[in-house]
Formats: sequence, structure tokens, C-alpha cells
Amino acid sequence: MQPIISVSGLNKAYGDFQALKNIDLEINRGEIFGLLGPNGAGKTTLINIICGIVKKSSGTITVDGFDNAENFRATRSRIGLVPQELPTETFETPYDVCRFSRGLFGKRDNPAHIEKVLRSLSLWDKKDNKIRTLSGGMKRRVLICKALAHEPEVLFLDEPTAGMDVELRQDMWNVVQSLRESGVTVILTTHYIEEAEQLADRVGVINHGEVILVQEKTRLMKEMGKKQLVLHLSDSIAALPSSLDDYHLDLSDDGLELTYHYDTKRDRTGITALLSDLQAVDIRFNDLHTSQSSLEEIFVGLVSKNT
Amino acid sequence: MNFHAIRAIYRTEMARMMRTVVQSIVAPVLSTSLYFVVFGSAIGSRITEIDGVGYGAFIVPGLIMLAIMTESISNSSFAIYFPKFTGTIFELLSAPVSFVEVVIGYVGAAASKSVVIGLIILATAGLFVDLQIAHPFVMLLFLVLISVSFSLFGFILGVWADGWEKLTIVPVLVIMPLTFLGGTFYSISMLPPAWQTISLLNPVVYLVSGFRWAFFENSDVAVAVSFAMVMAFLLVCLFAVYWIFKTGYKIRS
Repeated sequence: MQPIISVSGLNKAYGDFQALKNIDLEINRGEIFGLLGPNGAGKTTLINIICGIVKKSSGTITVDGFDNAENFRATRSRIGLVPQELPTETFETPYDVCRFSRGLFGKRDNPAHIEKVLRSLSLWDKKDNKIRTLSGGMKRRVLICKALAHEPEVLFLDEPTAGMDVELRQDMWNVVQSLRESGVTVILTTHYIEEAEQLADRVGVINHGEVILVQEKTRLMKEMGKKQLVLHLSDSIAALPSSLDDYHLDLSDDGLELTYHYDTKRDRTGITALLSDLQAVDIRFNDLHTSQSSLEEIFVGLVSKNT
Repeated sequence: MNFHAIRAIYRTEMARMMRTVVQSIVAPVLSTSLYFVVFGSAIGSRITEIDGVGYGAFIVPGLIMLAIMTESISNSSFAIYFPKFTGTIFELLSAPVSFVEVVIGYVGAAASKSVVIGLIILATAGLFVDLQIAHPFVMLLFLVLISVSFSLFGFILGVWADGWEKLTIVPVLVIMPLTFLGGTFYSISMLPPAWQTISLLNPVVYLVSGFRWAFFENSDVAVAVSFAMVMAFLLVCLFAVYWIFKTGYKIRS
């Protein structure tokens, strides 16, 4: 299937500073793509270039097969953008700004669609309020409504839940899921890795202007995530016997907890052997559990390796 | 051409005018009426006629010109500067619009407001003095062209400005003095010869003169020259706006 967005050899320089370095990236139609990276990595620059707000230095970008420089009307009309900041009109109402956005992106007035969008983000009862009277979370939702007003095929959400409380964040996740179900491709940047873990089908990690990884989320977590087995010992031990050195176990300070890190991709995890070796040296345990490293831990590991 | 975008921008800008009707319409009409009353009464009692026209009527075209030039600049510069200031310009930059739609929307709305204000001032002046318009279509043509030209100029100013001070500095320090020295309240033929020559370097002289000709058929410079000056200014501004959008000057990094 043809990707809905294709970025090839993209570079952006501000004077001597190279903000983006030879970016190649494809976004599949209908997916939720999580774009992760530390502050200043180039996420927003990349989004702004795709949307036409910032000029590229070199490279090509196509949206639904159209070049975004040569056929900017076709590409931009397919894209909706919710920026990171909260740039909202002050004296207008949510309804009016949505109607404005729809017209600006070349769509005829459609009150029913505006109502649907405002209702879906719980803003219908605020439709005639001045935007300056709304809370930060509501203003962000107004921005999302504006971005959806022209029925885009691709939606960029740059830090969509920043400043939202837990309940609103959950609502927003539901909105993003329902957008995907309606066929909209969503590109999401977020500092909340939990958000990407929850929502994204694929994730891309960008650091120092370079894409260092693009991978399906579940595969990434399986391939790069490490699992650990924690054993709660019946009796405290002062040190581990040398016969267990090969397992590289971590012993807690109180001597009551042993942690074993293992790789699920290997043919043998070593768990069975460890348990029998523990029995051989008479170390007993009364409980055990396993856990897997989160996307956040994988992300931090990737970025620190790339720094 | 994205006609829906033009309509959206125009409608939003006109709605802003209606939201701020006191500031947008009542204030300029009131201040111009005060000019009219004060200058007309104070000077009109000493100068009864200029070039065969009663002084009260003589200053009407200049006062309309003063109002539409300042209002055009103010409206269009604010219209584009405010989104820059608040950050909402991202939407305009990411929308499927070219400079043509943006200019027609923003400049069209600013010029429309100016034309409305000009006509209201004209109607108000009609209450104070007996006013004849010799060439109403030429008067309207000048009114529209000058409103559009100065709205374009204001648009450029709004893009250039990176602070509120810069936004007001040109209207206050450049346009206002040029207008007052451009024959708004007098005919430059009343000046000493050296000052007459110097006045011809002031572009506003040509605008006021041409506009006044449409009313009274007399002018400081030939009406064709005035028309050519207006068109030249319009084309320069249009080219500047085209260049701004082509290069992204101060709007697209």
C-alpha cells in the first residue's frame, strides 16, 4: 500500500545549525504513528515542514502522492495540524474559528460537521463562549476541533495532551482512537511515552535531527524490551555464591530480593536453570514475578546511546 | 483559486469590524467630524474660498483621504500582525492558500471598511456643507484604489513589524505628517514657490489632489498624474506582498 506521507532525503539548516539531517520516513495510511524525541530533537521542525509552515533546505515530501512543494493545495488540504503551543484566537468563539478553519482549507460551510466535531470534543455547550474565557484544556480541544473542521486525511498532533488532567487525557486518547477508526492517519508527538505506548501502531525516534529508529511498537517492545524476573527470598542472604555468577543477578540491599534480567528472543531464557541452581545452593523463595521494560525505558536507552 | 478561503478570511475580518464597531467606524467618523468642525470653523471663517470652493467643502476630500489612509493601514496591519503576535498565523501558513487569496481576503476586508468609513464621512460632511461631486465614479474609483493601496501597504507593515511600536511608528511618524503636509487643509498653490516644489515630492499630494478633482474639477496636479501615482503605488505594494509570500520574509522560516 502506498504510504500517505513519504519523506525522502529531507534536510533543514538554520545557518550553520543542521536541524534535520537526511530524514527518510514513511507514514502508512490509517495508522497512528508516534514520533518521539527529546526537546530540540527536530520533531516540530519536521512536522512544520510537512505542513508547509517551515521551508525545507532540500529533500522531497509527498502527501497522498502529491509533492508538497509543487502541489501544495492538494497536500495541505489533506492535513490538519494541532500545534504544540496554544495559539488561539482571543475574542472569537469555538464555532466561528472552526467555521473559519474549514473555509480556509477550501471546504464549503457545513454546520452539521462543525457540530459533530465540537460535540465529539465536548465543546458544543461552549460553542458561543469567547475563547479567552476557556480553560487551557478546552483551548487545546478547540485547536483539535479546528484541525478536524476540514475533514483532513492526516492529522498531526504535536503534544496533544500537554496540560490536560488525567480524565481529559483519557478522553483525548479515545478521540484519537476513534479518528483512526474513521480512517484518519494520526501522527503524534508526545513527551508522555505512556501515550505513545497506549496509542501508537508504530513509533519513530528522532534525536539530533536524525531518525534513529522506526519500528512497529509491539515489535520494538519485544525486540528491545528486556524482561526481568524478581524473586522474593524466604531468608535474607549477605552475598551470592560464585556458582551463580553467570546469571548476573542483582541482590537488593536488604538481601531479600534477587533480580534476573533475560532476553525473550533467545532460545533459552535460563530461568529453569537458574531455579534449579538456586535450589542446589539452598536459596529459597516465597514469591516471584516478571516485568517488561516500558517504551519509556527503551526510548531513554535509545536516545542516551545516540547522544 | 480557493474561494472558500477568501470568503472565510473576508467574513472573519468584517465580523471583527462589527464586533468593534465603535473603534472601527464611530471613532474615525467622530474624529474626522471634529477636524471638520474645528478646522472648518476656525480657518473657514478667515479663508472663505479656495479655487472658487468654500473652505468647508474644500477640506472634505482631504479629510476623507486622511481617514481612509490611516484606517486602511491600521486595519490591514493589525489583521496580519495579530495572528503573528498570537501565533495563529500557523494556520494561514499551513492552509492551501496562495498570496492571492490571502491578499484578497485581508486587504479586501480592510479596504471595504475604509470605503464604508469614507462614504460615512462623506455623508456626514454633507450635513455641514453644501457638497457637489462633479465626477462621482472617478471619486469612487480613487476611493477604492487608495483604500486598496494603503491596505496593501498596511499589510506589508504588519508583516514587517515585530512589535506593537513598529506597527504604529509608520502611521504616526510618516503617514500623518505627509497627509497634513499633503494639501489636506490647503491648496499647495497657496505655498511659496520653493515649498510648492518640495510638496511635489510628497506622494500624498497626488492622492488628495486627484480625489479633490473628482469633487470640484480643480487640482494641484493633473488628474492623470494623480491616477498614475496611485496605480504606481498600488503595483509597488502588490509586488512587495508577492515577494513577501515568495520568500517567506518574516512569516515563514
